Amino acid sequence: MCSLSLKSVPRALLENSIVKIALLSDIHANLQALNACMAHAKAQGIDRWALLGDLVGYGGNPKEVMDMAMQLADAGAWILQGNHDEMAIKPPEGDGSMGSSSALWTHAQLSATQLGFLKSLPFTALSGPLLLVHASAYVPERWHYVDSERAADLCADHALQTYDARHVVVGHVHQQSVYYRGTGHSMMRFEPTADVPVPMPSHRRWVATVGSVGQPRDHKPEAMYAIYDDVAGRMTFHRVAYDHASAALAIRAAGLPEFFAERLAQGR
Amino acid sequence: MKLLNPGHVIDGFEIQECLHAGGMAHIYTVQYAVGEGGARRESEFPMAMKIPRMTAGDGAENIVSFEVEHQILPAISGANVPRFVAAGDLSRTPYLVMEYVQGSTLETWADNFHKETFQPGLHDRALARMGAELAHAVHSLHKQNVCHLDLKPANVLIRPNGKVVLLDFGLSCHAHFPDLLAEELRKAVGSPAWIAPEQVVGVRGDPRSDIFAIGVMLYELATSELPFGEPATAGGLRQRLWMDPVPPRKRNPQVPEWLQEVILKCLHPEAAKRYPSAAHLAMDLSNPDQIRITERGRQIKGTGFKEHLKRWLKAAGMHYQPSPLPSRQIKQVPILMVALPHADVSDATWYSLREAVDRSLGIRPGARLACVTVISAGDTSSTESDKSESSVHRMHLSRMQQWSQGLDLHDHQISFHVLESGDVAHALVKYAEGNEVSMIIMGAATHGLQMQRFVATVPIKVAMEAPCTVILVKQDVPFEFLGSLHEE
Repeated sequence: MCSLSLKSVPRALLENSIVKIALLSDIHANLQALNACMAHAKAQGIDRWALLGDLVGYGGNPKEVMDMAMQLADAGAWILQGNHDEMAIKPPEGDGSMGSSSALWTHAQLSATQLGFLKSLPFTALSGPLLLVHASAYVPERWHYVDSERAADLCADHALQTYDARHVVVGHVHQQSVYYRGTGHSMMRFEPTADVPVPMPSHRRWVATVGSVGQPRDHKPEAMYAIYDDVAGRMTFHRVAYDHASAALAIRAAGLPEFFAERLAQGR
Repeated sequence: MKLLNPGHVIDGFEIQECLHAGGMAHIYTVQYAVGEGGARRESEFPMAMKIPRMTAGDGAENIVSFEVEHQILPAISGANVPRFVAAGDLSRTPYLVMEYVQGSTLETWADNFHKETFQPGLHDRALARMGAELAHAVHSLHKQNVCHLDLKPANVLIRPNGKVVLLDFGLSCHAHFPDLLAEELRKAVGSPAWIAPEQVVGVRGDPRSDIFAIGVMLYELATSELPFGEPATAGGLRQRLWMDPVPPRKRNPQVPEWLQEVILKCLHPEAAKRYPSAAHLAMDLSNPDQIRITERGRQIKGTGFKEHLKRWLKAAGMHYQPSPLPSRQIKQVPILMVALPHADVSDATWYSLREAVDRSLGIRPGARLACVTVISAGDTSSTESDKSESSVHRMHLSRMQQWSQGLDLHDHQISFHVLESGDVAHALVKYAEGNEVSMIIMGAATHGLQMQRFVATVPIKVAMEAPCTVILVKQDVPFEFLGSLHEE
């Protein structure tokens, strides 16, 4: 996929008749969660796959998750780079933090091809009015969180100015929310209910955070992802139960910090 | 959008006549257009098309409220809303096609109602029946997580069979959708005469706001006047944050105390002091005799200046909380129903039922209890005086009241109902359906569970057909055995 080697994928390549897009972010080398979400999405008929970054880091199955990502890329998926992927490409000098120790371990696991693939990933993908990015569209490579109405405003404004995009889908924050504009001038936050399609019509400006597949942090263990129906103008946020005990075993087997394993069952 | 001529076709719908050309939208009756094969698809019901008037001169709010209705109407169902047929793309051809409900609005109903002189016992009962239908309709909306927030006589339609249909969801709020009418600068959205105090300060999504609006309509029907007038200024609107309306009985001495009690409870400035759900309100309106009348229902003087001043000061610093999901909120205040057997029951049975009811009420602080007994139609007679309907009913009512004596009814409303039917199970299920009952508690043995092997007994029939949870209470160890157990 030559388009994937570009930092920003040209619009013309992507403007096909897309209907349902599966949006998966922050997989964090959690193969069990990724498989469960993909099976859940496949059952609903998906036209396009998108992985919004942080494919690796924290989890115990980086090789397998990278294999899956590369397969998806061959089939035309949009795959973006996240901050943990950046860390895995070039692990920080051992600062002793849990994140950097996990990055070092991950780096050692990945093959040269896999590392090359990670390195080639763009920060953004654009399809018509829809911009996909791992963190905020405001300087994507700085990894700003979209975790407030003000941050969503900033993200939406930059998406419009820089990419001419009215809709932005991001990950990075590990929570599911919709930021939208009502009759006022600023973005308002809305917390979606799992499995209930949320009207997100094309004439409105909005920012969606799709949550994390591999490391939910809202005290519920179920994996998070979303499906956007481009034609109906609806996004459905899903929670999917998966075998988190096996995911935790893989983390322990890899000798990664116990906390990474423990947190999966508790969703924190 | 200019007015369309009959015969004009939009997305397969053919315009018939214009029903309404208002400032916000045009409404037409429509039918399916003749298809490619030359045949016309028949609709099962008459249809109407609503087209917003979105011209350059129209305000943004008009467009947004059409979009809100466009989102909400397809997501709701049931007999109390017009059936949804189709929606046009908002950016291309915005329209909504829905069932054209035939009936008259509450506005027309009220005009006819007010033409006659108010007769206690007649008009108040008719008003209560209408109010109960309205409350049921509103409850069915709340169960679907939607608050209407613009209830007024023009948006309430009465079918020829007396059932109520709610119209116009342009200012409504669906708890599962982003609220397009919410704003960071909270301001009042709604019709000034009917909106609740919390709506005045921009809180949207509390089902009890709709109960306030029902209160305004009942007040209007009972007195021919609006409780808060039609304020045109923000200050006038804010009055209802602290002001009690003039008691209906002061305006119309014919209004019975129970009706005033109900109306003023709906109109309480604090949402938490109104009826906790529309189902509770419907229950009271269906059983006026059992409404507990307090000073609120009796008073004809109205709230004094001093009290109002106190509340005005309090209202200045009033803080409103955003509300939780409507369906969750009304689930917290369920209506429980206990089926009390009336013949051949031991003390132990009554005791076990009371224990079960007490336990259930204990974990549901806002619940109300309906005690129901079913007698067969043959138990009453129109000729023998001691078997007259009212004396038999009185006897059963007082038995149930006796039974309820031992209950811990702190903060719980209770009412008693005698049903006449040959089919006990059917009567219980029907009652539960008609009154939004969330849980039925009944005796297992007394209604013949041990006979289940031979015939489908009442508890099983109820459990299978009831629209809600059913608890079958087994008798505790009978009293006569208690002594022998201790001896062993």
